[in-house]
Amino acid sequence: MSESGTDYGGRGTRDASIVNPRGGGRLRAAHRTGGPAPQVADAPFLEGRAMTGGYGKGPDILHDCTVSVNAGEIAVIVGPNGAGKSTAMKAIFGMLDLREGAVILDGRDITALSPQDRVAAGMGFVPQTSNIFTSLSVEENLEMGAFIRRDDIRPTMEQVYDLFPILREKRRQMAGELSGGQRQQVAVGRALMTRPKVLMLDEPTAGVSPIVMDELFDRIIEVARTGLPVLMVEQNARQALEIADRGYVLVQGRNGFSGTGQELLADPEVRKSFLGG
Amino acid sequence: MDLLNAVVALSNFVLIPAIAYGSQLALGALGVTLVYGILRFSNFAHGDTMAIGTMVTVLFTWWFQSMGLSLGPVPTALLALPFGIAGCALLLLGTDRLVYRFYRAQKANPVILVIVSMGVMFIYNGITRIVIGPDDQRFADGARFLISVGDFRKATGLEEGLAIRTTQAVTVVTAVIVVAALFWFLNRTRTGKSMRAFSDNEDLALLSGISPERVVTVTWLLVAGLATIAGVLYGLDKSFKPFTYFQLLLPIFAAAIVGGLGSPLGAIAGGFVIAFSEVTVTYAWKKVLGYLTPDGWEPDGLVQLLSTDYKFAVSFMILVVVLLFRPTGLFRGKSV
Repeated sequence: MSESGTDYGGRGTRDASIVNPRGGGRLRAAHRTGGPAPQVADAPFLEGRAMTGGYGKGPDILHDCTVSVNAGEIAVIVGPNGAGKSTAMKAIFGMLDLREGAVILDGRDITALSPQDRVAAGMGFVPQTSNIFTSLSVEENLEMGAFIRRDDIRPTMEQVYDLFPILREKRRQMAGELSGGQRQQVAVGRALMTRPKVLMLDEPTAGVSPIVMDELFDRIIEVARTGLPVLMVEQNARQALEIADRGYVLVQGRNGFSGTGQELLADPEVRKSFLGG
Repeated sequence: MDLLNAVVALSNFVLIPAIAYGSQLALGALGVTLVYGILRFSNFAHGDTMAIGTMVTVLFTWWFQSMGLSLGPVPTALLALPFGIAGCALLLLGTDRLVYRFYRAQKANPVILVIVSMGVMFIYNGITRIVIGPDDQRFADGARFLISVGDFRKATGLEEGLAIRTTQAVTVVTAVIVVAALFWFLNRTRTGKSMRAFSDNEDLALLSGISPERVVTVTWLLVAGLATIAGVLYGLDKSFKPFTYFQLLLPIFAAAIVGGLGSPLGAIAGGFVIAFSEVTVTYAWKKVLGYLTPDGWEPDGLVQLLSTDYKFAVSFMILVVVLLFRPTGLFRGKSV
């Protein structure tokens, strides 16, 4: 069955006095079964290789799309609306069926793992929306981020607080009461709590003011400097490419242009088509 | 004017019964609100879940009584309570495996689960009637009163008497302990926090490694505990009759919605709002007014706003008013 409102014409499904329409699970893992991850030699740290696929039985959204990030680098996926940027990110995270291609993390083929297993394998993922527990305190959000860990999480939490000092100040406050920029910091902090090997951000600056956006980018650079590779999807192409070691311009689910951030910024065609001249 | 006697009469007939009834409703509403928050549907089988938990407790109580086991002045039922909870938990977990899990795996729309719970309600209803029958069962024993009317009169010299029944005292003490334990669990333990996280954002909980099946299992265990305790306390205070438990569904849902569905604090507040409204509206105020008004002004009628037969109308009215004017409830729950 599907999103609320589509069954039975949506009658009764929105009556919150009998059903709870909030916070329900929408996440659907790709229909694959897990297995031992084969070793893959000679690949970037994280690579979605020649990915082709779409949601469920729907049409393909990605066509032979390759995205990768090397250790200690920032890779950015940009492109026009509907180009499949977020879809590429979700494909790497195992949320849609790949008909062809593979996902490789740290030399292991993880194409067969579910999203949860990929978290355990070292992927930190920050979704674009609903990326924090609004009714939990900031500290509880971080604790839940580290749920799969059984060791002492205090040092990691201190690192997150050092990275985002405002969160230390507001750690007892409900995360839902924070401003947009602070919420994004909570979201990134939550993902960092698993001590991931790679951080994936889906439009971290969506809906925040330009000043907050600059600050968030600064923090993301700081995260990358600690040696953690960052792969992100960005709507603000120019700013994102400026901080990117690698950039991918997707066009209709295909690799349009790729290169270092500076190369793409200098490319006249990319400038004309995607950066507004 | 006799203020003291008025206060005593008011306490005896309104305050104490309403506090006891309110505690029972609060425990019931907590169970409803937990299922709503975590499994995301209104569990119409909750009244009959209470009935089954109470039934198991009653059977164990009778067995203990036949063996001569007793807790002295405290009802033997408290000794049987853990067994009742265990029986109820087995039933709920069994139901979850056989029924609810199927729909959960399909990510069925919650409204489907509401209807499913109605089917479960009929099954539970039948089980209770087959095992223990539809009749009234009394299982309270031990001392009847903590303070009796006679003792109170003798001690204070007042005209009005005040009685506190053992079951009322047990109800309030148990409710306080259970609620404190539940809040500690939800706010302080790892599992409790993971339940709140799951309720808040299921997908993100999944990505954080929280196992949905584990959260659901713990929820059903808590619901079994809350439902059985609420049911047993109600049965001790009044009596155990399966149909009454089915009817309790209305005030319990009213309590949960008045407080704000999904908010545990709201469920408790809502329980007391409903209980106090029900008792004050159906109480004959003649006596209390007689003490409060000057001599000769005592009303002739009973000054009872509503016959006790209509007590469910009170819950219903409150429910309608709250849904019209403050649909999120007193504590801003998740409804609407």
